[in-house]
Amino acid sequence: MNNDISQQLQQQIQSAFEQAASKQAAYEQTSALQIIGGGSKSFYGHTISAQALNVSGHSGVLNYEPTELVITARAGTLLSDIEKLLENNGQMLAFEPPAYSATATIGGTIACNFSGPRRAYAGAARDFLLGCKIINGRGEILSFGGEVMKNVAGYDVSRLMAGAMGTLGVLLEVSLKVLPKAEKETTQIFSCSFKEASEKIHGLSRTALPVSATCYHDSVLRIRLSGTNNAVAAAMNTIGGDTMESVSDYWLSVKEHQHDFFNTEKPLWRLSLASDTENLAIKSDTNGNDFLYEWGGALRWLKTDIAGDKIQSALAKVEGHATLFRKSNASTEQSCNIFQPLSPGLLQIHKKLKQAFDPKNILNPGKQYPDL
Amino acid sequence: MHTTEHVESTISDTALITALKKLVRSDAVLSSDEDLKPYECDGLSAYRALPLVVALPETIEQVQDVLKLCHSHKVPVVARGAGTGLSGGALPHEQGVLLSLAKFKNILHIDPTRRIARVQPGVRNLAISQAVDQYGLYYAPDPSSQIACTIGGNVAENSGGVHCLKYGLTVHNIQQLKIITIDGELLTIGGSGLDSPGYDLLALMTGSEGMLGVIVEVTVKLLPKPERAQVLLAAFDDIVKAGEAVGNIIAAGIIPAGLEMMDSLAIRAAEDFVHAGYPLDAEAILLCELDGTNEEVSEHVAKVRDVLKQSGATEVRTAKDEEERLVFWKGRKAAFPAVGRLSPDYYCMDGTIPRKQLPLVLKTMADLSAEYNLPVANVFHAGDGNLHPLILYDANIPGELERTEEFGGKILELCVEVGGTITGEHGVGMEKINQMCVQFNSLELQQFHAVKAAFDPQSLLNPGKAVPTLHRCAEFGAMHVHKGELPFPELERF
Repeated sequence: MNNDISQQLQQQIQSAFEQAASKQAAYEQTSALQIIGGGSKSFYGHTISAQALNVSGHSGVLNYEPTELVITARAGTLLSDIEKLLENNGQMLAFEPPAYSATATIGGTIACNFSGPRRAYAGAARDFLLGCKIINGRGEILSFGGEVMKNVAGYDVSRLMAGAMGTLGVLLEVSLKVLPKAEKETTQIFSCSFKEASEKIHGLSRTALPVSATCYHDSVLRIRLSGTNNAVAAAMNTIGGDTMESVSDYWLSVKEHQHDFFNTEKPLWRLSLASDTENLAIKSDTNGNDFLYEWGGALRWLKTDIAGDKIQSALAKVEGHATLFRKSNASTEQSCNIFQPLSPGLLQIHKKLKQAFDPKNILNPGKQYPDL
Repeated sequence: MHTTEHVESTISDTALITALKKLVRSDAVLSSDEDLKPYECDGLSAYRALPLVVALPETIEQVQDVLKLCHSHKVPVVARGAGTGLSGGALPHEQGVLLSLAKFKNILHIDPTRRIARVQPGVRNLAISQAVDQYGLYYAPDPSSQIACTIGGNVAENSGGVHCLKYGLTVHNIQQLKIITIDGELLTIGGSGLDSPGYDLLALMTGSEGMLGVIVEVTVKLLPKPERAQVLLAAFDDIVKAGEAVGNIIAAGIIPAGLEMMDSLAIRAAEDFVHAGYPLDAEAILLCELDGTNEEVSEHVAKVRDVLKQSGATEVRTAKDEEERLVFWKGRKAAFPAVGRLSPDYYCMDGTIPRKQLPLVLKTMADLSAEYNLPVANVFHAGDGNLHPLILYDANIPGELERTEEFGGKILELCVEVGGTITGEHGVGMEKINQMCVQFNSLELQQFHAVKAAFDPQSLLNPGKAVPTLHRCAEFGAMHVHKGELPFPELERF
């Protein structure tokens, strides 16, 4: 699909902006727009009620230069289409983004800054974002960054869009750095305690071995190696363990939350913290099996009924943060914060930035934080 | 050239100096012309101005106090690290405080397990790698000034280096910042994990050129030292072939740790200077460094060798040992001072282009060089498209600096024309402020100003740098666009 609907999107935002500008402040929220791509991540963030701004029709790859390591696509382009195109050229999105549904778009992926198993070893979505074109809350179409690897002209507004969940601007186009796929990939398995797993992972992180993913759950550690044939073979020898069959299925199931662990009625929390954190003040109800560890321990999935503020305060103590990633099926909207509360100083800056990009509070208001 | 933007401070010069002396040690406040002189410029020495006063605080509280004072009296503040920047980003403001972070030079904590180091902003880039070497770790971004430049400045400029293509820029290699806002508030940006809630302020601060806040602490990410590094040197009889070879290496699925190109003028200058054994008859050479595990490097060296030969290299050498590897690099690392020996002065440019545009850009640059009658040597971070043309000139010849600046400006505008950028790693600072008008339209510049205002509504931090006013752009445009024609009309538009 190759379709440019940027003018329609711009008109819709401009008219919402004009409508908001002509109203009394108290009624402003009625002009709000809810940005929708493929709907694959609609579970994520706060539920807001606002008129839909549908970006999925704005699609198509605009430029792909394998030897320049860059792809530029309209935001509504399917993530799967991009991955297929890269695959055909022996390349990949190195941040290994989860899709959560076949309808996932590249714009939604960047807006949420979602990254998969390779993140701890290659970088996050934001690390591969070279530039973007956006529509801000005034309905202005703006471009920042570009299609080159090194670019320090102006503030890094592109990366600011990654993870802002559309609250600062609607993504129209993104340019991403891509990387060659590894020649060989294999996964080694170890049965061990969390402590042993953590020691092993942190020992490996001090070597140049080609580790590309780690996962620990149910007393089993899995380490994925990616690189040249000989490098992977040598690393297998060095780290030991048993070699796992059907490697890609396993990592896909972890990435896409199709693994049994994620089949739960309980709320699912995403904890981001220092990889070696041991004394997290959250009690496990099932001998640790309510946790699944990725990124060498820096990303932990937790399924639990423990109150959100308790989880977030435990994470604050270790300078990490917790996100209610999926609400429980039972409740509609949790009363707690979905995202870790910001310090007063940071919240102030966030509000001013929101004001700078979206002065009438039109774009996804309240999707991430109530005040943004 | 530049002019300091005039501001209306609400405190007299002497009262400001007296007040500063109460906030920081009195011998850490400099105000005599003699004491101010060393601060009059950064690495871009063509641009000079004396600050009103220099303050050298040594604690975070002192920085907060100085900023609060300046904030309440509308006094401009220019933060400065080692002053090695090449775009005039640390050029003082004549009515303002030059805030030196030189006394913040402690490495506060190294955590080899988490692979991070928490350091003060005045710690030198190379000192970090040296301090963590004992753990088999290093800090990856390596700007050529790494022996002298400080990490605070690296963050402010989002500094790169020769290993960017594989290991990223500063923005990819930091985890947390402590900054002080213009009103004196200490903010912690980032946390102990790999990401943070809310907006990516870490990215926004990185490369913000001292416009949004003053960096007082940096937590950097460290990497394990590669098991082995190997370098190949390839000679070409045509610079276009060398450019194609770069694309071919990447098409072979290899991301080199470093991939550098030099043209014949740069080769000859470097060879005369350090005798690295470079082939003097070559039109271009490529240096390709591969690192990783032993096995990986062996495989990649063999592959790259084949690719280089198939791409028409007239000669391919592989460094036989570490000593020779360093000799190969020596010429490249000495390229700037080597070119400096050819002429009384040289002006280093810093644009990035999509690599496929290299032939066109080189040809146009050669034409411009003839037009301005100023020679250019080219040193190129070929892997990531970052060009460093060095324009040779003589500042003692009246008007030659101005012509050089105009020529340099044209090169940057050319980079934008072909889909690149006016600065890959040196920053905009004062130097490229006019070219910002070429790269961004007025709405985009207004958005930048709105971002600035979110942090610093009175525009006291580094005023007049990095983002031009629309007024300035209007003047610049009037100077450059003749009869509505854009420069380089023969080029395809992107």
